[in-house]
Amino acid sequence: MAFKRIAAIVLRYFYLVRGSFARFLPLFAWVAVDIILWGFISRYLNTVAAPGFNFVPALLGAVLLWDFFIRVMQGVTTAFFEDVWSRNFLNVFATPLSIWEYLAGLVVSTTTTSAIGLAVMLAMASAIFGLPLLIYGWLAVPFLLVLFLFGIALGIVGAAIVLRLGPAAEWFVWPIPALVSPFAGVFYPISTLPGWMQSIARLLPPSYVFESLRSILSGGGAPVSMLFCAGGLVLFDVALSCWIFARVYRHAVRTGLIARYSAESIT
Amino acid sequence: MVLRVTALSKSYGDVAAVDRISFHVRRNEIVGLLGPNGAGKTTTINMILGVLEPSGGSIEIQGLNLARRRRQALARTNFAAVYSPLPGNLTVYQNLRVFGLIYGISDAARRIEALLEEFDLQRFRNVRCGVLSSGEQTRASLAKAMLNNPDLLLLDEPTASLDPSTAREVRRKIRAVATHGKGGALWTSHNMYEVEDVCHRVLFLSRGRILLEGDPKTLPREHGKENLEELFITVAREPLSLEER
Repeated sequence: MAFKRIAAIVLRYFYLVRGSFARFLPLFAWVAVDIILWGFISRYLNTVAAPGFNFVPALLGAVLLWDFFIRVMQGVTTAFFEDVWSRNFLNVFATPLSIWEYLAGLVVSTTTTSAIGLAVMLAMASAIFGLPLLIYGWLAVPFLLVLFLFGIALGIVGAAIVLRLGPAAEWFVWPIPALVSPFAGVFYPISTLPGWMQSIARLLPPSYVFESLRSILSGGGAPVSMLFCAGGLVLFDVALSCWIFARVYRHAVRTGLIARYSAESIT
Repeated sequence: MVLRVTALSKSYGDVAAVDRISFHVRRNEIVGLLGPNGAGKTTTINMILGVLEPSGGSIEIQGLNLARRRRQALARTNFAAVYSPLPGNLTVYQNLRVFGLIYGISDAARRIEALLEEFDLQRFRNVRCGVLSSGEQTRASLAKAMLNNPDLLLLDEPTASLDPSTAREVRRKIRAVATHGKGGALWTSHNMYEVEDVCHRVLFLSRGRILLEGDPKTLPREHGKENLEELFITVAREPLSLEER
């Protein structure tokens, strides 16, 4: 991989974000709205629920982590969509750039943008609603890392879906976090779910993060085995997503879809 | 040899878009790839650019097999096509900067300044490509195509949207690059005057096969035609009459 070619993809995205209010604002606006909404919901629940349980770290903390995952996933897909929207595939792929360098460029781009969103969420959640940042201890690092990698994996799969099915398929991509959230146990323990949903939940790395989070808050600590499960699963998911993208890209080169992408299908 | 194409084919099911064509481009040579719409010109160019996988045959750019050494081969290639403008949401300078990194240009800033001047784009350097006129966009695409001083320059109707005066100037610049540097060019155009003016050799494609090949100045007479345009029309309408010769 060449650093310069990866930097080119990052620079392209930086230019786009810097030059467009419509791209800059969503980096933090919607997550800020979410924090305010769930912050007040958490505060209200603290007044009506039995004393002794603090909803702020349980609910608002979970929302913060989940929104971070969504920002990462959408960061990857949005950076990819920029080439779809500007019909730039021929210019980009008829160059020495490899698809691994291209994907690496998308990942580095989203690392920066999602870090901005995370910083805004943390600042608001602690300043306005008193979210104790250190309550999760050192485990906050693996929590964020697992969600970051899972966001990367789903983002790459989303890009593959759009590359395979055409620009209109982006509407399959936007709802993916909403489809995953019931299984991930963001707001409730996985044991709440029926058996078949629990089976799916066990395959999703975020479910281990949110179970661990609840375990810490209830004073039980986080089972290290859970974090290892999440780590193993998420690494598998990243590798699988890269394999899927490579397969779809190869199909697009074999059929000529890359060169005639706006047609959506060659057949 | 800058480009060597051997028995190149592309089929979609039973339909052969390109059917075992072989040709080459020598150093300092501009080769015209001509033919009616749907003859296989753009399919051929897409295969040379590595964005379309051939069904058979091989492509070598400066001796590098494209299938095996894609990155090295494409680092020595560049292109401008009327159907592939630079992203309209970046400025001319930003586009050149991004592609300068992709092609690994050393001293990119100086190279970009030289190209902005060469293609008369200085006053548009901070203008988004999407708001440029089609002629200005073409010049920006050509500047991108020259960024890496390519050994092989692929030009798909590069002057299609230019006025005659600008087109002449652009032809002069491309000719200077392709005939005085280390590379060569493959050029498609429907403007036969332009082809005769620029190309050292032409290949006529019809239904995915090379029907005729030769010097654009003498080829029409060899086939009993007054000029290249007449020969083109014959290729488009009655290719069999030429095949039988």
